[in-house]
Amino acid sequence: MSLLAHLPALQVVLPLISAPLAVLLRHGGFAFVIVTAAAWAAFAAAIGLWLQVGEVGVISYSIGNWPPPWGIEYRVDRLTSFMLILVAGMASIVLPYARASIEREIPRDVHYLFYAMFGLCLTGLLGIIITGDAFNIFVFLEISSLSTYVMIALGRDRRALTAAYQYLIMGSIGATFIVIGIGFLYLMTGTLNLADMALRIREVESSRPVLAALAFLTVGLSLKLALFPLHQWLPNAYTYAPSAVTAFLAATATKVSVYVLIRFYFSVFGESLVFEKLPLPEIMLWLSLFAMFWASFVAIFQTNLKRLFAYSSIGQIGYITLGLSFDSVNGLTASIVHLFNHGISKGATFLLIGGIVAALVGKHGVPPAPTLDRMAGLARHMPLTCFGIVIGGLSLIGVPGTAGFISKWYLLLAAMEKAQWWLVAAILLSSLLAVAYVWRFVEVAYFRQPATEPEPRLKEPLGLLIPAWLLIGATIWFGLDTSLTAGSAFEAAQQLLGRSK
Amino acid sequence: MSTAHLILAALLLPLIGAFCILLARRHPNLREGVTLTTAVVLFACVAQLLAPVLAGERPAFTLLEPLPGLPIHFSVEPLGMLFALIASGLWIVNSIYSIGYMRGNDEQNQTRFYICFALAIAGALAIAFAGNLLTLFLFYEVLTLITYPLVTHAGTEKAKAGGRVYLAILMGTSVLFLLPAVIYTWYVSGTTDFRPGGILPADLSPQAIVVLLMLFMFGVGKAALMPFHRWLPAAMVAPTPVSALLHAVAVVKAGVFSVVKIIVYVFGLEHLAGATHWLVAIAGFTIVAASVVALNADNLKRRLAYSTVSQLSYVILAAAILAPLSVVGAVLHIAAHAFGKITLFFAAGAIYTAAHKTEVSQLDGIGRRMPWTMAAFGIGALSMIGLPPAAGFVSKWYLVSGAMAQAQWFALAVVLASTLLNAGYFLPIVYRAFFRPLSAEAAAHPHGEAPLPIVIALTLTAAGTVALFFFPDVPLALAQQMVAAP
Repeated sequence: MSLLAHLPALQVVLPLISAPLAVLLRHGGFAFVIVTAAAWAAFAAAIGLWLQVGEVGVISYSIGNWPPPWGIEYRVDRLTSFMLILVAGMASIVLPYARASIEREIPRDVHYLFYAMFGLCLTGLLGIIITGDAFNIFVFLEISSLSTYVMIALGRDRRALTAAYQYLIMGSIGATFIVIGIGFLYLMTGTLNLADMALRIREVESSRPVLAALAFLTVGLSLKLALFPLHQWLPNAYTYAPSAVTAFLAATATKVSVYVLIRFYFSVFGESLVFEKLPLPEIMLWLSLFAMFWASFVAIFQTNLKRLFAYSSIGQIGYITLGLSFDSVNGLTASIVHLFNHGISKGATFLLIGGIVAALVGKHGVPPAPTLDRMAGLARHMPLTCFGIVIGGLSLIGVPGTAGFISKWYLLLAAMEKAQWWLVAAILLSSLLAVAYVWRFVEVAYFRQPATEPEPRLKEPLGLLIPAWLLIGATIWFGLDTSLTAGSAFEAAQQLLGRSK
Repeated sequence: MSTAHLILAALLLPLIGAFCILLARRHPNLREGVTLTTAVVLFACVAQLLAPVLAGERPAFTLLEPLPGLPIHFSVEPLGMLFALIASGLWIVNSIYSIGYMRGNDEQNQTRFYICFALAIAGALAIAFAGNLLTLFLFYEVLTLITYPLVTHAGTEKAKAGGRVYLAILMGTSVLFLLPAVIYTWYVSGTTDFRPGGILPADLSPQAIVVLLMLFMFGVGKAALMPFHRWLPAAMVAPTPVSALLHAVAVVKAGVFSVVKIIVYVFGLEHLAGATHWLVAIAGFTIVAASVVALNADNLKRRLAYSTVSQLSYVILAAAILAPLSVVGAVLHIAAHAFGKITLFFAAGAIYTAAHKTEVSQLDGIGRRMPWTMAAFGIGALSMIGLPPAAGFVSKWYLVSGAMAQAQWFALAVVLASTLLNAGYFLPIVYRAFFRPLSAEAAAHPHGEAPLPIVIALTLTAAGTVALFFFPDVPLALAQQMVAAP
């Protein structure tokens, strides 16, 4: 078999190998080269898989030639390949950024460990997406989570430790719920292969353990994806983690958890079980609305820019879960495309904030917090950084011409299809809250006079600007040409809903 | 060049101009030279589209397709042609004026000013040429955002507060009302293209049509229909050239242009029969109420701003009457008001630059010191009132004819009342300027006319206002073509 046929395996194996290699080399520079090369290779593999899916439809790959359902199956459909592109692409952009960024934020002697952890985290996230095996999902979830805890704890601010600890506790509870849910499913169906499970679950559909499994999985995954009110771990984790880690997590980690939720809901349980027998749509709808309004509202009053955008993330996750609750092609398209669009916009925003942090010269090597007060008059010092954050912010608002608009369009269309006019109004009103928190930054950065004794400041670091602006460019591009994003999302939504109809 | 290329060139030229302005930022003379050259070339470019459009051609051009079936599409029809001609033509005059004003008042950040101005013109042209609602909405928002730095140009607390109101109302209305209206239109008709006769399906219930029309009319906040008019006076904190071109011409005209375009090309005049009574009422109320506020405003720019609010609703009223004749009046009024109001703002800025006066009560006897300025002001005022020999008379004639044809007596009464009110708040200014003696305080501070570029600019626009009265052929031909099309 040619190399191309093994792309599904390579997708995960390459970053997996890069991590121990980085540790063995014990050198920051070499580790960087290896992990970055692995991430780029993974990105190339993801694009290859996306193209292959376009030609042959669903790809099934048997690990070690053990045929499913006995062996572990890697299964690539439209949604899988789209998510692989997001995660591998983000890693490819964030890693070169991290090289310049962690220089100031992480002690030099542990740089190689940072890259190893990054490689592992990437492996875990890619594995979760590509695997067609329930228990395998749990294993990869733990790989990615454990490495994430470490990366957050690497932040120089001492509060990074408590943030990581908090996330560790919450994440472990979530993981426990997930593994219990998977256990119940295994108990009832006798299989761990998702496709197989989807067939067998029909016979035991209404049994209590299956419904309990659904509940456990929903709660566990909601914790991991920071659905309101299970979001408490997120603001601290995003605020105190090193800049590159925040950007990568914001763009990928919660998104992958949403992916797993979508996978279980639509590919295993089936929409009839999830949406008709249980009041899940209502619950999800209300929690999403609370997230959209409460988190966005809280964001308006934050003084730390990273925390402000962390709360914004919780609100934006509300849009994604809201799209799920509609149980329609347009609603699901909105969710999936917003996974991507929000990922790149928010990733870009956090990368730019990282640039601001890097340019602040802190005391004792500890970078000062990016508080709004420190942003006074920043637009003069860092015009490109500030302008980039404004564009990222416009995408969060959903201004036309940015990626966020496309998501909003599908979401509103889905709400109109259901004739839910009050929801249309709610979605629009909540996006005005985004205007409020984005404009707080604009007014401070562009209008407020800097303090009389300005802090010492460095110039805009080019190594940090280029990756960030790549993503800002993508934010605009995917607002104007959506054949990749909305096209993939629409196709994926049709695949997901088609199989259970 | 083919007509499609002309569209692309017209959209790109201001962008290229903006970039060159950035490059020339260290050399003010070169920078202003770039602005003027770009404006002239742009106008030449837009003017070349006129002949094909008058001949019945509809040049079109598709840029990208952000959503399946929903491209970013440009198509030049008569109304858009007229708007583009006005915006690009007046940009030349306004640039001459800006040079005099910005230098005369030693304004800060002039490069940013010229860049944003060029970009705003690009936005206005993109709105003028928009071939569907999505494109219109996209550039409508772009125009809001790109003019925000111009409104807040001074960077003071007052400017920031004005900018907040500006952004909150324009963004708020467009997000809350316009966007759902666009999506709903797409949802029920499967297209957002502008087509003669409208695109909405025939089986849409009358209630749905009224609600959709409300969403559109209030969603286009730039048309300043009450109660969403507050942004316009708030935007007056901007430098006068911004008030003149953007808040008397490009931005507000983008608003009423969208209103007319939506009524004619999305709904279709016939399909709206009976659905616009409320719009006639609200537009009528806005006309009278804004005039009353203007009557009591002592600040000259504020008086002009409320006059603009009132005049914009003339256009909305004319379109809401739904008679072909009144729609012709609406289109003509877009042109007539543009020339008249820009003259008035130019004059206000000239007074500020030369005499540092901002209030009406300070203008006693100023006409003897600034005869050109105040004569131009008088012509602009005539156009606002709607008296010959100014352009405002022509548009009002068509508006009144249309209202009579439809037996819209309420609209007629509104126009009559507004004429009196307009006379009531403009003529005293002219009277003060020419017939009252100078105050003792003003006599102690001698001054003459404003710098030459300012005087040239306001003379040109005043001449244009008169010329439009005698030769309204081109706007008239475009307007008639618009309502004649099946």
